[in-house]
Amino acid sequence: MKRRWIVAAVLLVLGMPVFAFGISDVYQKNIYDVGHLKPVDSVLKVKVGDPAPDFTLPAVAGGTVTLSAYRGKKNVVLSFVPAAWTPVCSDQWPGYNLARKIFENRNAVLLGISVDNIPTLFAWTGQMGDLWFPVLSDFWPHGAVAKRYGVLRSNGVAERAIIVIDRNGIIRYIDVHDINERPPLESIVKALDGLR
Amino acid sequence: MRRPWWKWKAVFLSVAVLLLSVPAHGTAGFPYVPGDSLEDLSLPVPADGAYRAYLGLSGSGNFTPADVSAPVLLIQIFSMYCPHCQRDAGNVNVFYDLVEKDPALRKQIRILGIGAGNSPYEVGVFRESYGVPFPLFGDGDYRIHKKLGEVRTPFYIALKKDGKGVPRIVFARVGGIEKAEDFLAFLIRETGLEGKKP
Repeated sequence: MKRRWIVAAVLLVLGMPVFAFGISDVYQKNIYDVGHLKPVDSVLKVKVGDPAPDFTLPAVAGGTVTLSAYRGKKNVVLSFVPAAWTPVCSDQWPGYNLARKIFENRNAVLLGISVDNIPTLFAWTGQMGDLWFPVLSDFWPHGAVAKRYGVLRSNGVAERAIIVIDRNGIIRYIDVHDINERPPLESIVKALDGLR
Repeated sequence: MRRPWWKWKAVFLSVAVLLLSVPAHGTAGFPYVPGDSLEDLSLPVPADGAYRAYLGLSGSGNFTPADVSAPVLLIQIFSMYCPHCQRDAGNVNVFYDLVEKDPALRKQIRILGIGAGNSPYEVGVFRESYGVPFPLFGDGDYRIHKKLGEVRTPFYIALKKDGKGVPRIVFARVGGIEKAEDFLAFLIRETGLEGKKP
């Protein structure tokens, strides 16, 4: 009888990993909870109809990307996100990874922009799978591009903003979204459809 | 002084009850425990007739897990924006196929997905990207996700109807299905379903 209970105890301990075999989400516990933030904390410096300010930024994949290189060729969607390793941002670009055809069918490229530095963005986006679009670092001079567009918040991170630029380099859509929420994909699609 | 073996038995039983009452790893925040009914979960009856037939529903309006015809319902909480959900989508489809190809199991198990924070459009992109064959529902305002304790995704809840037809939670877990055969065997074991093991 005594041995039977010892065996049961051992089996229970061995069985615990099976009982608790749930596999955590890819980010595990590495997401920093920023809490609820002021929805918008900047003043736009551009408006629909303006020529999009040009920029050149380093890409996580290497090299640089210059906005004006797409002029006359592609529509461009700028996706500013506030910061790596934060809740909403971490669940935004991975969805755009599924939407590649949606962008391509509308002759558009997507440029992801964050004020984080390249190593941070490398580690963070590596959790998202192979992103098809360039991820650009607006780290130095810190947030200069975000500031030029008027989407740099007072604490030095960017807004969660979507800016659609047509192939002529003209801004056609701006959504400085509530930083606490993810812009719905269909709003981007609708803006791109409006360029046709 | 040595403690008699029957006292160790009492200690063991106490520890076992304690361990088994703790939710599985990663279910932190999930406000339900096995045996709860989840009866307040309400979803719209699908407009697609094939999905209505799959779930055993008719008419319009909303339905609850109790309205689903099969005795076991697996609810997947996912997001189009979740990399883990994307990687696991193919495994979930394999799981669905395993169930549907088994004459006994296909009468007993249904699966549906709820896209946390996903609009119907975004759910549609996920469905199309991975060819998801079972019904998916949007939860754009996170209403359901909040009710479920804002669990990480993917998250699975297995319900089984009791003798009175009330669906009761059998288990809940965070993480992907990974290997469909193993997950199905686990589901069969935990729900006590009779059927051919894969």
